[in-house]
Amino acid sequence: MEKFASDAVEFLPILMHGVALTIIVTLGSLVLSTLLGLVWALMRVSGIAPLSWASAAIINLIRGIPIIVLLFYLYFVMPDLGVTMTALQAAIVGLGIAYSAYQAENFRAGIEAIDKGQIEAAQAIGMGWGLTMRRVILPQAVRIVLPPYGNVMIMMLKDSSQASTITVAELALQGKLIASSTFKNTSVFTLVALMYLTMSIPLILLVRHFEKRAGRK
Amino acid sequence: MIELRDVHKRFGSHEVLKGITASVTKGEVVCIIGPSGSGKSTILRCINGLESYDSGDITIEGARVDRTAPSIVAVRTQVSMVFQRFNLFPHRTALENVIEGPVFVKKEKRGLAVERGRALLAQVGLADKADAHPPQLSGGQQQRVAIARALAMQPKAILFDEPTSALDPELVGEVLSVMRKLAEAGMTMVVVTHEMGFAREVADRVLFIDGGVIVEQGPAKAVLNQPQHPRTQDFLRRVLHPM
Repeated sequence: MEKFASDAVEFLPILMHGVALTIIVTLGSLVLSTLLGLVWALMRVSGIAPLSWASAAIINLIRGIPIIVLLFYLYFVMPDLGVTMTALQAAIVGLGIAYSAYQAENFRAGIEAIDKGQIEAAQAIGMGWGLTMRRVILPQAVRIVLPPYGNVMIMMLKDSSQASTITVAELALQGKLIASSTFKNTSVFTLVALMYLTMSIPLILLVRHFEKRAGRK
Repeated sequence: MIELRDVHKRFGSHEVLKGITASVTKGEVVCIIGPSGSGKSTILRCINGLESYDSGDITIEGARVDRTAPSIVAVRTQVSMVFQRFNLFPHRTALENVIEGPVFVKKEKRGLAVERGRALLAQVGLADKADAHPPQLSGGQQQRVAIARALAMQPKAILFDEPTSALDPELVGEVLSVMRKLAEAGMTMVVVTHEMGFAREVADRVLFIDGGVIVEQGPAKAVLNQPQHPRTQDFLRRVLHPM
């Protein structure tokens, strides 16, 4: 235990660099996946058949490819096609795309849960599709969508560790590097696990808060 | 003002409207009565383009209603609708519900819309509920807010789709009395209803619809007191004396 404490003091500063990258990857891909997910979801519910099909195809394509393969593709294959990204950019884009499929399905479920009467009431006062979405449907769907959205945030935080496979020195890779140079596997990986857990706890509390709020109305 | 000429509408293989021809003149109150599933609500929903129709013509002051054309927005701002289940926006207050259309569709100045919105809420007896959210209101109050929301568009006509059918019996009166005042003020109204008392006293004309056709129509008192067609007679007997 004493040894763990002294190891912790020694390794924490290095691991904190990893934490910073983990947070950057998570936040970046969260924003990207939310935007893309919203686009896929709105295409899906647009009522325009080609858009709806395209969205379904994109979602299934993304869902059918492992995140790690998507990352390899972006980082190792895209340069051959003339698109070069830094490892960090590729990680954010890859995780963002991968998670956009889940976000889209979540958003779609939220949108479709809204009573059809709301759409009709909006149309009856002359609202078009965009205004109906923006003023009537989405504000109500947010309440339904938030608890699962929080869960996606937790999953993304943990899956940001997959960025380590394309050399992003986030928390998991920093841990692995320290462990392989010091052979203090137990201390290092316990620390890494505890740090992920520490970052998850606020998100878990946030989800609980969302669930309470959604349950109230 | 509202003209329907030989309007047909089918849902799949089921033909709901089998050639409806009718007209509503300015300031007139027309009640549509008939059994469930007869196509009453579908007529209203075709008039403001919530449903498409397959053939025939619906025109409002000469302009054809086509739900896929951009002109449908103009139709809907001129012909408001009040729904059976109110369909208020639950995430907005009563006042916000009322000003939503004027501010975001008709681009009225917010201050002006709020002023008019408050006056309309007062007109339906809900001046003190402006800041309440719909779930905090009774069904009767919600429906009156919905009527204020319809009026806020300054429509030329209002369509009422069974406005009291989802209400507890003791709340029906407050909604009907608001509607009666509107009728007296000269609003053009088309009302799908099961309230025969309202139809008799307030409507200028009554259409009896059954099986997708207008079986009988005429002045309210004539149709309701001396129905000519056996199906009208049978329907009214069952509605007025259910036991």
